[in-house]
Amino acid sequence: MSIKLLLDKAHVPGIRGFEVYRREGGYRSVEKALKMQPADIVEEVKKSGLRGRGGAGFPTGMKWSFIAKPEGVPRHLVCNADESEPGTFKDRYLMEFIPHLLIEGMIVSSFALGSNTSYIYIRGEYDWVSDILEEAIAEARKNGFLGKNIQGSGFDCEMYVHRGAGAYICGEETALIESLEGKRGNPRIKPPFPAIQGVWARPTVVNNVETLAAVVPILNMGGEEYAKIGVGKSTGTKLISACGNINKPGIYEIDMTISVEEFIFSDEYCGGIPNGKRLKACIPGGSSVPILPANLLLTTAKGEKRLMNYESLSDGGFATGTMMGSGGFIVLDEDQCVVKHTYTLARFYRHESCGQCSPCREGTGWMEKILKSIEEGKGKMSDIDLLWDIQRRIEGNTICPLGDAAAWPVAAAIRHFRDEFEWHVNNPELSQKENYGLRHYADELHVPVTA
Amino acid sequence: MDVQFSQEKLNKVNEIISRYPEGKQKSALLPVLHLAQTEFGGWLDVPVMDYVAGLLSIEPIEVYEVASFYSMYNLKPVGKYMFEVCQTGPCMLNGSDDIIDYIKQKLNIKVGETTADGLFTLKTVECLGACGYAPMMQMGKTYREHLTKEKVDAIIDECRTKAN
Ligand SMILES: Cc1cc2nc3c(=O)[nH]c(=O)nc-3n(C[C@H](O)[C@H](O)[C@H](O)COP(=O)(O)O)c2cc1C
Ligand code: SF4
Ligand code: FES
Repeated sequence: MSIKLLLDKAHVPGIRGFEVYRREGGYRSVEKALKMQPADIVEEVKKSGLRGRGGAGFPTGMKWSFIAKPEGVPRHLVCNADESEPGTFKDRYLMEFIPHLLIEGMIVSSFALGSNTSYIYIRGEYDWVSDILEEAIAEARKNGFLGKNIQGSGFDCEMYVHRGAGAYICGEETALIESLEGKRGNPRIKPPFPAIQGVWARPTVVNNVETLAAVVPILNMGGEEYAKIGVGKSTGTKLISACGNINKPGIYEIDMTISVEEFIFSDEYCGGIPNGKRLKACIPGGSSVPILPANLLLTTAKGEKRLMNYESLSDGGFATGTMMGSGGFIVLDEDQCVVKHTYTLARFYRHESCGQCSPCREGTGWMEKILKSIEEGKGKMSDIDLLWDIQRRIEGNTICPLGDAAAWPVAAAIRHFRDEFEWHVNNPELSQKENYGLRHYADELHVPVTA
Repeated sequence: MDVQFSQEKLNKVNEIISRYPEGKQKSALLPVLHLAQTEFGGWLDVPVMDYVAGLLSIEPIEVYEVASFYSMYNLKPVGKYMFEVCQTGPCMLNGSDDIIDYIKQKLNIKVGETTADGLFTLKTVECLGACGYAPMMQMGKTYREHLTKEKVDAIIDECRTKAN
């Protein structure tokens, strides 16, 4: 049996409401936290080894310790619930089914950071989820867990939901802050970092939904115990949203010791590929992370079983590895076309580029156009090199990481599936009628692969 | 159209403004635009945006530049029911292209168009965070997931019935 720290109670009938949630042990971490020193809470989170669940995997405790504390200036905690990375839908599940877990984690985190007004920035499309959160907040307030003098501790905390309005870029923390200020979601140049000057130029910490929810088990069990779950620097549990061509799409809470193979094929998780088809490729951490062919996905270039954790997924770097990212796990079966899939992602990034930096604004447009023409059998061989060249010119040359996020999927698709691109160019008519198929992508690897 | 919130909605606007620090009422812009769009016919006409600017004591241009940035604000009239079908990778893997084609054919409109009776608008959108329940679309406040042709038929019928 796998360990569940976040979703173990998600199926209890009525858990969405305060009463059941409380009866099931909810809000104990707040009671515990309010008797501690804020600095000691930060220490527990450091000990837990918790890494940000929004995509970058930055150690949460360390991030918290960077927050500036200028005299007389309010600080803010902002929860990032913008969740817009294709393949990612885990935060929605958590907020929809067990909203009080997020509220509870945010109260503890607000106390640790000294935030008396905290915000949940949720993507605008999650309209009904925003209602669920507002109701949970109202219940928490009614029961003395929000508002003035929480549980007689002297700590005041207000919490508000702020709905976005459709923009992936607002998931980037400085764009999110701009959006919270009522502006366009244009990322800011860092420094200053939000921990020094965030929303309304006040010290601000932005954390993902799942990160803040994980603070609850960390407080309840203690950081050291939490760190014993998992392996290496991948401590605790991780929510994976699985989709694409699998029998059981959905949200899975895993401890990060299971193999990718087990995750895809065992009945406890994705339950294999529908219709007896074979696995061709997978993007394991949200659309921004490199796609891998089946063989490199299941085993690393060194021939070891690949595991569902930060270190193992990135084993081999971008040459032969990928990333944990946001945990958006996208599976492609043998009949899927990597060129077409990559084209839809390129279109996504072009649509979502805020347009501030020319390499990103122009480059994403070019990549979309070229991929579309290759996909439609109108491409030239030189287009593949041109694509490679464009993605290289974007990476590292932009204000925010959306540029990289747009470049990586294209780079990885060419790196690992170049022959599929070439086949489209060489077979313009055939490629409109059928797909390239599985070919050698699941074959056992005998020689070490190089970039 | 008379651009004026009811007293109840004005109270709501003031409650929203109170969530942000004193003097930072511009922060209320996104939520107030959502409110305005729902209230004033499903899109943001210039007088509506000017009205919102007045409510928040900011310049109209500050509203226009925000309204044009975010995909959920409609700057043109839309149908009573808007089908926003996701077409990004994970949905594509599960047949979103077929669903989009089916809706086009069924309503006899192209993507971006509204039916002559003003009832339906078809839009394609990028990932809505429902990738595991694909194909899917947003319709108003909620999502319609695991779409099939039969489900699309049923949704269209449901809307037609409600509209009558
Ligand atoms: C283009 C872009 C989109 C992002 N979208 C999200 C998002 O939807 N949710 C999220 O939590 N983090 C997102 N991030 C990461 C955030 O910038 C930030 O690192 C994160 O919220 C920090 O929280 P964590 O440390 O708890 O992960 C995004 C980053 C980029 C560059
Ligand atoms: S990299 Fe792209 S999204 Fe990021 S700031 Fe530049 S143009 Fe905007
Ligand atoms: S790809 Fe369609 S909802 Fe995510």
